[in-house]
Amino acid sequence: MPHVKVAKKSTDTDMTPFVDVAFLILSFFIMATQFKPPEPVPVETPNSVSSDILKEENAMLITVDKDNKVFININEKKGGNTGKLESVITDISQSRNLNLGPKEITSFKNAPIIGVPFNSLKGYLDLPLDNQKKFVAPGIPVLDTLNNELVWWIASVKKAFAGQKLLYLVKGDNKSKYPTFEAIINALRKNEEFKYNLVTSQEGAPEGTDLYKERRGIK
Amino acid sequence: MASIDTGGGDSHKKGPGVKKAKKLSTRVDMTPMVDLGFLLITFFIFTATMKSPTTMDLNMPKETDQKDETKIKQSGALTIMLGKDDHVYYYEGELDDKGSNFKSTNFKEIRKIIQDKKKDVIKNHVHDDKCEEIRQKAKNRIPQDPNWQNADLDRDFVVVIKPDAEATYKNTVDILDEMTINAVKRFAMVKISETEDALIKRTEGGK
Repeated sequence: MPHVKVAKKSTDTDMTPFVDVAFLILSFFIMATQFKPPEPVPVETPNSVSSDILKEENAMLITVDKDNKVFININEKKGGNTGKLESVITDISQSRNLNLGPKEITSFKNAPIIGVPFNSLKGYLDLPLDNQKKFVAPGIPVLDTLNNELVWWIASVKKAFAGQKLLYLVKGDNKSKYPTFEAIINALRKNEEFKYNLVTSQEGAPEGTDLYKERRGIK
Repeated sequence: MASIDTGGGDSHKKGPGVKKAKKLSTRVDMTPMVDLGFLLITFFIFTATMKSPTTMDLNMPKETDQKDETKIKQSGALTIMLGKDDHVYYYEGELDDKGSNFKSTNFKEIRKIIQDKKKDVIKNHVHDDKCEEIRQKAKNRIPQDPNWQNADLDRDFVVVIKPDAEATYKNTVDILDEMTINAVKRFAMVKISETEDALIKRTEGGK
């Protein structure tokens, strides 16, 4: 019988297009990714259907972590060293008789986030920056209605940003309890601030609801 | 001549000890490179923050005296209370003495309750042309809104939100979000009263 010779085909595949695509995707992700900035306080925010993008410039951020500790930090305009932080801390130092020196004022400007009561603020600011990061902050006391220290902070920040647009951002953790949030609202209210923003993650409007119909243009 | 002698005198002829150079394949094994590529892709996918954080506007009323408190119609009021472990309680209108209209629900069902109440309020809205005209004129809205006679039928619908001490921040944001989702125009966040707190405690204790 005559043998039919089957050509032996190589099992090797050309990987080049595959590699091309892989690296294309890789470069896309490298470009599109913004690294999460290291958060001084880890917070898991709740979801909402709101689609307004967060603006962080000229804002006072009030953070509540999962143990109901309250932290604040003040974001100035990017690149602009307008001395706002200095006036905030000087004002606090004066109104609360803390006797902060120039060293502590500089330390405050570099501090990532503040979460200590007034009586330990000086000690906290005296620590070197590396130790500040390791320091387990007890949070700003807010729950005591008579001694809500956040009221003083907001008053000083408000004074420093007088005449300028200042956003109040409240960033709470899913697990934090309502009384802390209420205390923050009360602190803002005492300073005659009634408009603020809650930081959330975005989610879509559930189907069939009024908002869903509105966004889709269904009457 | 001044050339460097490489090898034997005759390049064409190879001596018996000279081996023929092996022809190397120009193919490179790409597998490790692909592996690495995909590893990096996975890494970037996981660390990527595609979702940028959003914000929710919240406007609070000024602290008011007792006399300035806004009165709401009992028929259009829905009070929602938030308890611990994501429990939701609600009642329509006014809480009666025995607390018999105090009901327990959860976050999945509260949407339906809000929607039903809203429909109910709109259905029960008594339409009075005269009244409506005066109202609209006062607001100067006739030119803008061609559908003015049917606009704002849900104006009597007010949701009162009362989170208790055990309610989480997530619950609070979720219920505020529910107001946006269901297009509830009027809602208020109020401190929980003692009677209501006691009722929640009793319900939770009974379980």
